[in-house]
Parts: sequence; C-alpha cells; structure tokens
Amino acid sequence: MEPDLDRMAQIAHGIRRRVLEHSIRNNGGYMSQACSAAELLAACYGGAIRLAQVDAPYEPPAFTQVPAPGIQSVTGAVVHGPPSPEADRFIVSPAHYALVVYAALIETGRLAEHALEQFNADGSTVEMIGAEHSPGFETTTGSLSQALSQAGGIALARKLKGHTGRTWVFLSDGEFQEGQTWEAVQALAHHQVTGVRVIVDVNQAQCDGPMEDVMRIEPLADRLRAFGASVDVVDGHDLTALTGAMDSASDKPHFVLAYTDPTRGLPLLEQRRPVLHYLRFTSEDERAKYADAYAELAGRSL
Amino acid sequence: MTQQNPATEEGPTPVELVRRPHLQNFIDWSADKPEVLVLTADLTNSCEVGPWRDTYPERYFSMGMAEQNMMGFAAGLAREGFEPWLHTFAVFLYRRPLDQLLMSVAYPSLPVRLIGFLPGVTTPGGVTHQAIDDLAVLRAVPNLTILSTGDATEVESVLDVIHAQPGPVYVRMLRGEMPRLFPQSEPFALGRARELGPDHSAYGPDHVLVLTEGICTEEAMRALPAVRERGVQVRHLHISTLKPFDDATVLDALAAAGGGVVTMENHLRTGGLGSAVAEVMADAGIGTRLVRLGLDDTYAHGASQGHLLAEYGLDAAALVRAVEGLTGEPLGITAEDLTELRVADVHSTAKAEAL
Repeated sequence: MEPDLDRMAQIAHGIRRRVLEHSIRNNGGYMSQACSAAELLAACYGGAIRLAQVDAPYEPPAFTQVPAPGIQSVTGAVVHGPPSPEADRFIVSPAHYALVVYAALIETGRLAEHALEQFNADGSTVEMIGAEHSPGFETTTGSLSQALSQAGGIALARKLKGHTGRTWVFLSDGEFQEGQTWEAVQALAHHQVTGVRVIVDVNQAQCDGPMEDVMRIEPLADRLRAFGASVDVVDGHDLTALTGAMDSASDKPHFVLAYTDPTRGLPLLEQRRPVLHYLRFTSEDERAKYADAYAELAGRSL
Repeated sequence: MTQQNPATEEGPTPVELVRRPHLQNFIDWSADKPEVLVLTADLTNSCEVGPWRDTYPERYFSMGMAEQNMMGFAAGLAREGFEPWLHTFAVFLYRRPLDQLLMSVAYPSLPVRLIGFLPGVTTPGGVTHQAIDDLAVLRAVPNLTILSTGDATEVESVLDVIHAQPGPVYVRMLRGEMPRLFPQSEPFALGRARELGPDHSAYGPDHVLVLTEGICTEEAMRALPAVRERGVQVRHLHISTLKPFDDATVLDALAAAGGGVVTMENHLRTGGLGSAVAEVMADAGIGTRLVRLGLDDTYAHGASQGHLLAEYGLDAAALVRAVEGLTGEPLGITAEDLTELRVADVHSTAKAEAL
C-alpha cells in the first residue's frame, strides 16, 4: 500500500503544534525533539510501520504499581494494537521523546485527546520520561542504548517462532556514543536478526549541545555498514524519501539515518542554539514570543 | 554412586566428590523444556555448557564479549516467552552490565536466569574474576531472587527452583569438582535453610548459632564437630536463599541463640549474608552478638581457594576462633582436630581449568 504522505504531513504538523502548546502552557517541554522527529514519528504511526488497528483512543489509567514477579503489569504497548505474528512492533528508545510520542499517538487516534493533561502529573502513567506503563512504550528504555538490544532479543525470539512481523526501533543519534549500541549492531549482524529495522533521528544535538562538540559519531553510515548493517541516509523531513527508505528491502539489519533539523517548523528555537535539549522559558517575554509562534504555526491563538 | 551422608550427622564421614555435576545434569534437565535457551559471553566451556551447546545448537546463542547487549537480548527473548539462561562468570553478570540488568531485566521482572560462576574466592583468577561483592550489589536490585549453591546436590536441584520463579534469578554457581554434602533426596528449597549438625532441641538458651553460605558451609562442617566435642552447643544452618531473606526458621533460630551468632560467607562482610542477618535481627529486636566473617573491606588476589579462605579468615579455623570469641573460652582446637578436608588438593586441579 502506498503511504499516505499528505496524512503523514498533517500528523507531523499536529505533533509540533501539540508539543508547542504543551510547552507554553507548562513552561517547558522537549520541543526540539518534536521539531526534529515530527515527520519520523508521523511516518512510523502514519502507516510505514504495520501496527494493528485499535478500537478506540486509549484512556491512560492511573499509575498503580511497578512490575513485580508474577504480576501482570499495565503495558504501554496496548496503543499499538493487539500483538500478532504478522504485526510489527515499535520500540521507542529515547524515552525522553515521550511528549512527542504521546502527541503522535493522539494525532493518529491511538491515545485519548486529553491524555497530555496528565503529562508528568503525580499518579499518572503519562510520565515525562516514559517507562513501560506509559502509552506507546513497549519496554523500559530511558537509560539510553538499551532498546536496540531488547529489540534484538524480541526479534530473535520472533525469528525462532516464525513471525513475519518486523521489530522497529526508534533511536536517537546520541545513543551511538554508547558502546552497547555497537554491541547490539554487531550481534544483530552476527545472528542475522534481520527482523529489526531502525529509524534514527540524526538531529546532531544532545543535552550538552551539538554532538560535534560533545562527542563526534560521524561517519555514522560508514561505521554502521562496517558493522554489518545496511543503511539508507535521508532527509528526515522528506516524507517521500523517509517512507521509501523505511520500506527498502534488505537482508541485513536495516538502519534509516534520518538527518533532521531540531528547529524545523519553529525557527524561533534557533535563538536557543547551541543548547536545544529542553525548552524552558527564561522570561514571560520569551514565553509570549513562543505564543506568537504558536499562533503562526496553528493558525489560531492559544 | 551416591553415598548418602545424612544431613543430621555432620562429621568425619568422607563425603562423595562429584565432578562437574552441572554439565550433564543441565543437558538432561533441558530436554523437555524447549523454552530454555543458553546465552554465553565467550566462556562457554568455562561455564560447563559446551556440551549443552552441542546437544541443543538451535537453542544456544553466543553473544561474544558484550554482556550489556547480552542482558538486553535476554530481556527481549524473555518477553517473547523464552527462558534465557545466561552462563558466564558472576562478575560479568552484575558489574559491567548492572544498569542493563536493572533496567532491561529486573524492572520488568522478566524470567532471565543469571548463572554466575566463580563466586567469591573460588577462583585463582584474582581480583578481576572474584565475585566478592555480588550479594551486596544485587541484594539492592528489586524483583531479583538471589540463590547460592553449596554442593553438588544444590547445583543439580537449583535448576527447578530457578525455573519456577516468574521473575529474574541470580545464582552463585559452583563448577568443577565439588562435594556432595546434602543428600539428593533433599533438593534445594527456596527460602528454606538447611538444618545441619545434631539434634539441637535440647540446647540451652546460651547456645551459639552459625549461619553459612556456599563453600563456607563445608568449612563449618569441618570445624563444628570439634567445637561440639569441647562442650559448646552450636546449631548450624546452611543458607542458600539470600533474597528474599524471610525464612521463619532463621528468624526463630536467631532469636533462640542467646550465646551469639556467627555468619561466614564467601563474600565481603559488607552487604551479604552477615548484613542480611544483621538487618533481620535489628528488625526483630534481637540483641544477640553477631560476628560476621567475610572479606573485610578488601579485594582478594589470585591464589588457591584453600589459601584464600585461610588468609581472609573464612575457613574452619577462623570459625573456631569466632566461636571462641563469643564464648570467651579457648577451645584448644588444633589443625589436627579439625575434620580432615575431603581432598586437600581438589582446588589445585580446579586451578588448571580456572579460566
């Protein structure tokens, strides 16, 4: 089926709008991640990943308890629909993208419209940095670089069971600074776990600032190929290129390196460079500027 | 082949020595359990699963020297209904991949089995290979069950205990040649201490209680007959479940031992068996003296097990000294009085295969 690029573009726009609105109302948010990853998550949730349909938007339950032996816990995977041998899985590695993920889920009818009101609220499962009870989180991944290994195990298990569904991982580029990521790539290649497909938000920004200054990871595509992966490099805001790369055939673990701009759609963010990791307003004046930017983006005032 | 050595009679009876009990037992045990997988990190034969790999090649995955990733793969496999048994040296299961163990495995409480070889000073491999702090580190991991094996019977029968746990399990596993101290008819039981030594029902209120884990139990079984011959009433419990640590028998025994308590463990004095005992004593308001034998805020070094047990005060003679300290009476026990060690140089053969 051809991807519905117009629909995906609408989803991407909605992601930026919702995250900006939330950030203004709550004086903070992971805004640059929304700007860089809006098209990526729009593609993922807009049909490029074969997730099962859901009956209705998910009403996130109140937090009850953390997992314990023998206790069936709430899982954020329910928003991905019922698991099956044919359905894809989708694992989000950078859990601090939670706000962006929730916005994408709302835009695609998988999460209740008002769920963001519970974001980071005491007693809520809509946590700031998602754990596996948070909507959209199949595993607990906030300690960065652990998701790819987890997904490798899931995909290996599915290979052993003869599943045809793929296991997708959404990675952030900073995670290539962690040794475990490379351990995972070499293991995926060695054991030919080709059911894993990875989409990377290469926004070249991390908590301390530009990755080029903090710790260089380039040439990323060459390094991944040398480790036994196949790689497509695309403009992460070009939905045609992005969905094409996500769908390309490969007999190796496949990585889509989506180069993105962490200020895309919100030029005002440029003023905050080089540190873009988290948006918190330094004055009411700045907040007002972002409210103006919201009006421009959304076509209406807050 | 089994020479049953009744658990109620610890004494000079020579015990059976068993060579590599895990090797064939684990193969046989796995035959009807297709969900059981083995993951290794370049120490396959060193952890006695080379023949297991050759028997079940489709269920065996070499993960290379990359324990952090191995932990994540294990988590993913467990989520999909498999039961991964990670075989490597204990130090490599909780030091380098501790965050992965905590976040990928223990938080979601997945049935990943961490089979940790070379606990404490059972290896001459020195500081890099000696898991002297595993209990201290891992007792602080929620959802994790922690077990320790002390003989061939426990190495064999711990498999069923591990398999029955819905969450993650870490076990201090013995390898190579080891004694059979406990009858095979008395398998490893979760959360239940083994009562060793003679009947203690007639002991007075001032009797001493000795609690040991792992290879220290054998040392205690060497020492205590001579201590009892000198008229000291000593009850002895072997502890094989370190977490949860809620055995009512242990609590009752601690409350009853007016003469004091000695713990002896193949581990640091910090955070292991002795600490667990101190915690439950304090919680219960038991004010008896507690002597904790273990490595005293020190690393060990590469030498034989017997040498290290003696050097760091974890052998039969050290236990005698601890009891003397509690009773205030020299017992006049010499090395000759201590029950003959099963085979004095067993661990020199272990040394050859240590790595």
